Amino acid sequence: MDKPYAITLDPGSSLANHTGSWRTERPVYIDRLPPCNNQCPAGEDIQGWLFHAESGNYEKAWQHLTKDNPFPATMGRVCYHSCESVCNRAQIDAPVGINSVERFLGDEAIKLGWKLATPAAETGKHVLVVGAGPSGMSAAYHLRRLGHRVTVHDAGPFMGGMMRFGIPKYRLPREVLDAEMQRVVDIGVEVKLNSKVDNILESMQAGKFDAAFLAVGAHIGKRAYIPAGDTAKIVDAISVLRSMEGEDKPMLGRRVVVYGGGNTAIDVARTAKRMGADPIIVYRRNREKAPAHDFEIEEALEEGIMVKWLSTIKQAGESSITIEKMVLDEKGFPQPTGEFETMDADSVVLALGQDVDLGLLNDVPGLEVSDGVVKVGPNMMTGHPGIFAGGDMVPADRNVTVAIGHGKKAARNIDAWLRGTEYVTPPKHPVATFDKLNTWYYADAPKTVRPMLDIIRRQSTFDEVQGGLDESTALFEARRCLSCGNCFECDNCYGVCPDNAVIKLGPGNRFEFNYDYCKGCGMCVAECPCGAIKMEPENN
Amino acid sequence: MSLQPVKFYQTGTFTVGNRLLAPEERSVQANMERTNSLNSGHRACQGCGEALGARYAIDAAMIASQGQLVAANATGCLEVFSTPYPETSWQIPWIHSLFGNTAAVATGIAAAIKVKKAKGQGGDVRVVAQGGDGGTTDIGFGCLSGMFERNDDVLYICYDNGGYMNTGVQRSSATPPAARTATTMPVGPEPGNAFGQGKFMPALAMAHEIPYVATATVADLRDLEYKVKKAMTFRGARYIQILVPCPLGWGAASQDTIRLSRLAKETGTFPVFEAEYGEITSSSKIRRLLPVEEYLRPQKRFAHLFGKVPAVETIARLQALADRNIRRYQMLDKEAN
Repeated sequence: MDKPYAITLDPGSSLANHTGSWRTERPVYIDRLPPCNNQCPAGEDIQGWLFHAESGNYEKAWQHLTKDNPFPATMGRVCYHSCESVCNRAQIDAPVGINSVERFLGDEAIKLGWKLATPAAETGKHVLVVGAGPSGMSAAYHLRRLGHRVTVHDAGPFMGGMMRFGIPKYRLPREVLDAEMQRVVDIGVEVKLNSKVDNILESMQAGKFDAAFLAVGAHIGKRAYIPAGDTAKIVDAISVLRSMEGEDKPMLGRRVVVYGGGNTAIDVARTAKRMGADPIIVYRRNREKAPAHDFEIEEALEEGIMVKWLSTIKQAGESSITIEKMVLDEKGFPQPTGEFETMDADSVVLALGQDVDLGLLNDVPGLEVSDGVVKVGPNMMTGHPGIFAGGDMVPADRNVTVAIGHGKKAARNIDAWLRGTEYVTPPKHPVATFDKLNTWYYADAPKTVRPMLDIIRRQSTFDEVQGGLDESTALFEARRCLSCGNCFECDNCYGVCPDNAVIKLGPGNRFEFNYDYCKGCGMCVAECPCGAIKMEPENN
Repeated sequence: MSLQPVKFYQTGTFTVGNRLLAPEERSVQANMERTNSLNSGHRACQGCGEALGARYAIDAAMIASQGQLVAANATGCLEVFSTPYPETSWQIPWIHSLFGNTAAVATGIAAAIKVKKAKGQGGDVRVVAQGGDGGTTDIGFGCLSGMFERNDDVLYICYDNGGYMNTGVQRSSATPPAARTATTMPVGPEPGNAFGQGKFMPALAMAHEIPYVATATVADLRDLEYKVKKAMTFRGARYIQILVPCPLGWGAASQDTIRLSRLAKETGTFPVFEAEYGEITSSSKIRRLLPVEEYLRPQKRFAHLFGKVPAVETIARLQALADRNIRRYQMLDKEAN
């Protein structure tokens, strides 16, 4: 080549200069655990299914969601969504309405008839599930997906357990519950209703079952001693709620006193209101100390339900009761004051908690019961090999979401046990805390509020109180997700690298570092909105 | 009409890309096929704002000119780190000028292209001239002013890092007041660059009443790309000044380059606006107004303001300058505030 004057070398590219050798630290892509996922008692991959919902692919979102929880339409109504209380977005404006998007997906699935995935291969094993409630049906679903034959026995006339007999219609319409239960039956789970298991060992032997999962709900209302005349009508809350499901509606009269401060007390009072009664809740402590969720108390008050805080029932007569005023001591315990009051009451409904009927466990060797619940190991197995338990039967918070989570966890462990192995929980990623995010990059977007039914209709009908989101508002809400700790392909790292050392792999494939040229400046880490990159010291 | 941000799509247009947007709505930098005008292997420091700004700007200019682009480059960091003989990081036709005559070299290229076109040779090749603030506001000012007043068909891009960083951080006429450099007062009651000196080149460019003048930062890529593309729709002299933090000269952490650019705008220290024929047509609004301390503190060149006895008065003077920018360039959205 003829070169110009004083030029002796051919032009070359700077690609020959591997600036990666300057590096003392290297960026590495990671997945952190979003706080919502970490919090979810049912172990949902919330960020994962929101990712699909964000792009409008609702069916894929639903399929992703139902890998962990087969009942999104139910969850989207009755779950207490503790995920939202830990959502990082709360520190920017308001948490993402995870629960409302979940309900939207669940309702879409029912509307459009989406089907759950069926098992790939049969294992030939047969598992008995006792109880067709949230925990039992969740376990049945997961066991079925793993290829096992599953038979569910339930003492009641319908599927759903406490979701049907403990949660009023105005919070969970029965057609929604029925549709989600039926979908589990549709993938090949056999459900036998009106078939109480009285002795678990006998039932297992008779049916040649390889393992059993016990998920009996807490259907027995606790009683408290109240001096009462012969004619005083005292019933328990869970019986009232259960009889709402049958033909014979409970007769409570007009003045209904509900005794207790938990969610069941609120449920039964709101149910009585809808039947035309004037319910009054009597609770021995104050609103701050009440175990019921505050939003439920608020909704009850909106509907015109009266509450007597700091009061206990001393005596019940034919058409009136005597209550005593209480004060809270320094430790927050209620103490009697000696001040009494009489009020009209046609009936008293006790909402003081529930117990589980453990009769089926008599004479099971190795099995341990204490405080009315069954002891289980970390793998949900009782002291008797092959018998697992979950839901209300075991020591844990009693709610639908926890029960569903137990079902999933038990199914995985039962599956491992049947294969003669042990289920090893995959290690958890570190949690994507707020300080890992660069929130500058998220668009300002306030939370979408779900519509509420008119007060008048809430006082007189069992129509659902809280409405759902429509397509556009659900999409908006899904897109408020910050995707904490998980790459959502915003291209920031690819764009901000001054050394062009990030390789974009195309849609769905994320990115890769080109360590030949990466100088380790850390800009990609600083400007990643969701904290999906970290710096690691260079070893050599 | 300034850049219209896309709202409510998770990150809107704040991020480089966004999988929820149609490909044509994403930035040039999000494209897998971007030119990478300034390729890997260059010798800029870790976290160099100028290397980033140059790739952002020239890649956008390449799209706007359909790849028909020539760049003249003043002596300075950008030239030194990109082209140590015989290697080059440039993936476009590129010529190195003297320190002070880039604008004149670009004028010559533009004239040659014009003649060739008149003779029916060659297509519509566009010309960019680029340099640092030293080569632009100090040494190259005469040539640049000439290019402006003749309205030569050149887009001049100044990468403003506020000093001669390549030669050891000396003061330029774009060094901000109170910033310490190798050639400003090192000690005494008021160390750092003096107040009341220097010049703001975009305002001088506007005074030439050329077709288009704009400022941008590397923190707002979409705005930067919009302005480069907009500039390319005009014929005649155009000027864009891009604030490019220098981790070495500013004494800042290498990962803070974009954060500092963002803070420069959010504190009002660096106004981001555009102007046509001498009149401002739009200005980028501050999203989350912050005091100037937020911008000053992470930089060692301002460390003397935050000693045992904070230089409250000096900080207040810098705040007053920022407030003047906010007022003068209407950096606050009146409806939103």
